Amino acid sequence: MTVAVDFKNVDIVFGADQAGSLAMIDKGATRAEILEKTGNVLGCAGASLTVHEGEISVLMGLSGSGKSTLLRAVNRLNVVSRGQVLVRDGDRTVDVVTCDEATLRRLRQKQVAMVFQQFGLLPWRTVEENVGFGLELAGVPEAERKARVQKQLQLVHLDQWSKKYAHELSGGMQQRVGLARAFATEAPILLMDEPFSALDPLIRTKLQDELLQLQAELKKTIIFVSHDLEEALKIGSHITIMEGGRIVQTGAPEDIVLRPANGYVRDFIANVNPLSVLTAWNVMRDRRDLEHGENGWVWLDRRKTTRFKIDEHGLVAAAERDGKPAVWVSCADVERRPEEGAQVFWANPGTSLKTVMLAMHRSQTAPVALFDEGSRFVGAIGIRDVLSAVLRR
Amino acid sequence: MDPISKFLTDYKIPIGPWGKAFFGFLTDNFDTVFRAFSNGLNFILDGAVDLLLMVPPVLLALVVAGIAWLLQRSRPLAIGVFIGLIFIINQNLWKQTVQTLVLVVAAAAMAMAIGVPLGIWAAHKPKVYRVMLPVLDLMQTLPTFVYLIPVLTLFGLGNAPGLIVTIIFVIPTAVRLTHLGVVSVPKAIIEAGEAFGATKRQLLWKVELPSALPTIMAGLTQSIMLSLSMVVFAALIGAGGLGTEINRALGSRRIDLGLEAGLAIVVLAIVLDRMTRIGVGGKK
Repeated sequence: MTVAVDFKNVDIVFGADQAGSLAMIDKGATRAEILEKTGNVLGCAGASLTVHEGEISVLMGLSGSGKSTLLRAVNRLNVVSRGQVLVRDGDRTVDVVTCDEATLRRLRQKQVAMVFQQFGLLPWRTVEENVGFGLELAGVPEAERKARVQKQLQLVHLDQWSKKYAHELSGGMQQRVGLARAFATEAPILLMDEPFSALDPLIRTKLQDELLQLQAELKKTIIFVSHDLEEALKIGSHITIMEGGRIVQTGAPEDIVLRPANGYVRDFIANVNPLSVLTAWNVMRDRRDLEHGENGWVWLDRRKTTRFKIDEHGLVAAAERDGKPAVWVSCADVERRPEEGAQVFWANPGTSLKTVMLAMHRSQTAPVALFDEGSRFVGAIGIRDVLSAVLRR
Repeated sequence: MDPISKFLTDYKIPIGPWGKAFFGFLTDNFDTVFRAFSNGLNFILDGAVDLLLMVPPVLLALVVAGIAWLLQRSRPLAIGVFIGLIFIINQNLWKQTVQTLVLVVAAAAMAMAIGVPLGIWAAHKPKVYRVMLPVLDLMQTLPTFVYLIPVLTLFGLGNAPGLIVTIIFVIPTAVRLTHLGVVSVPKAIIEAGEAFGATKRQLLWKVELPSALPTIMAGLTQSIMLSLSMVVFAALIGAGGLGTEINRALGSRRIDLGLEAGLAIVVLAIVLDRMTRIGVGGKK
């Protein structure tokens, strides 16, 4: 996979005494210590993060954790004190920290677009003039600009509003204009600085869904700053948690929820509903960890209520529940299966934990088996696995 | 007198003589330059006045009303402007009003032409603004009579020195309001401009100036009003117009004459103010 943006040991310090602050960073000083000693504000320290093409990488943290600061280093709205920020520019990579003004301008016009929390629209311009702003700066001829603006406006369902002034629109619509403005430049990298935080919850959810739809089609590289973990878990393919200017943990959403690196992350995820993140894969016990009986029988649960007989191809040959033969049924059918006879549900690794739990409920807490695409048995989930995942113990 | 005060006055810093020497130096060495400048300026101003006076007054009043309509798209305003100007013609003060109008418009235009770039510069460079600030204060608070004297010695009598003292008095307002407008541009939209790759020049013309425009236009309106308030002082050094009438009325204690000319200035002020209120009440 191609790397789109690569942060390498990025330190950002706001203030005059750069050298003094950097020396303190090297000694591992906290933000408060640096502020007291040098009067400088630590933006972020030692941040290393690789963002691949097509990812939505979410930077998370409380306000003041340095997430926006790091994001804004990508287009040098914040000047990096030390380190490298490598940004993909066609076939080559450019270090934004050291590149000249002309290169930076070209990157900003063609490679990296940005969406702002407070929208950053120009109030004296109409919607279409706002959307065409980036193209205008890049010197795109008017005819082409008009065409591209129209296309973007249709994409975000604003073509009826093109002649209105930005301030005549609701917040959600204004941010759609902001999105369209960023998409219009056709930049492959998109920086989103808490784009939906200023919107009310319903509109926020709607725009998140729209963003995901657009992303499925456009496949941009998105770096997204958020302080809302639900939002991060929903849209992020990777999540990076920051605290006091330093990166605490980076990983896939379920990594963060299942294996928080420290107390800060644990506090962060304390209020998250694990059911919205976890899949069967995250909680299952691998078949090799299950207890094997004779003749290819495998116990699915610790209580030994249910067992499968696995043939040499890894397929299930027979099932038994409480000593009686049982049938195995897909979780996908859990809603419409009538409850008759002994049945054991099976799921795919991608099935949500919620569905697995529903299946357990329907089958009187029987374990749920996991099959891969080739219907081979890969593992099982017992009631204890579910409980420990939900309670995070 | 107590000894400390006596000591201090004995060593009086010769600011007055220094200033006198400075202006003496200027008149001795560059007199021809200043006179030529003054003559040129007088020629242009007088020419403009003569040109406008060649037009029949009622027709000119109609034209001004037409401009008012073009600027503001308001029929009541255009009618009001026309009635006001007819009142001035009725008072037989048309010639003086045209002279004053030319002086005021020229002064406000020059003040904006100099003040707006200075204001932008000051807004971009806080250090420059810190240096500029006391100079602006000086220009606004130094009593007008004080700089009437050197201007008179350098440029002689006429419209030109009147224009120059008016410009000196008005520039600070143009600078201050432009500065205010540009520094008040929301940071968010400046960053938006930067993030989409604006050059410094694009940032100025496409973001900062449009955003600051209402404040800069308020500066224009204020410049015109302040120029009008200088009319009487300018008349003291030979600028013609309504100011001359008022000075004459003061000299001969003519209440009637003073009232007529004074009302003409008020009418002119209201007309110009309403005509130049762009971006304040109108469309954004």
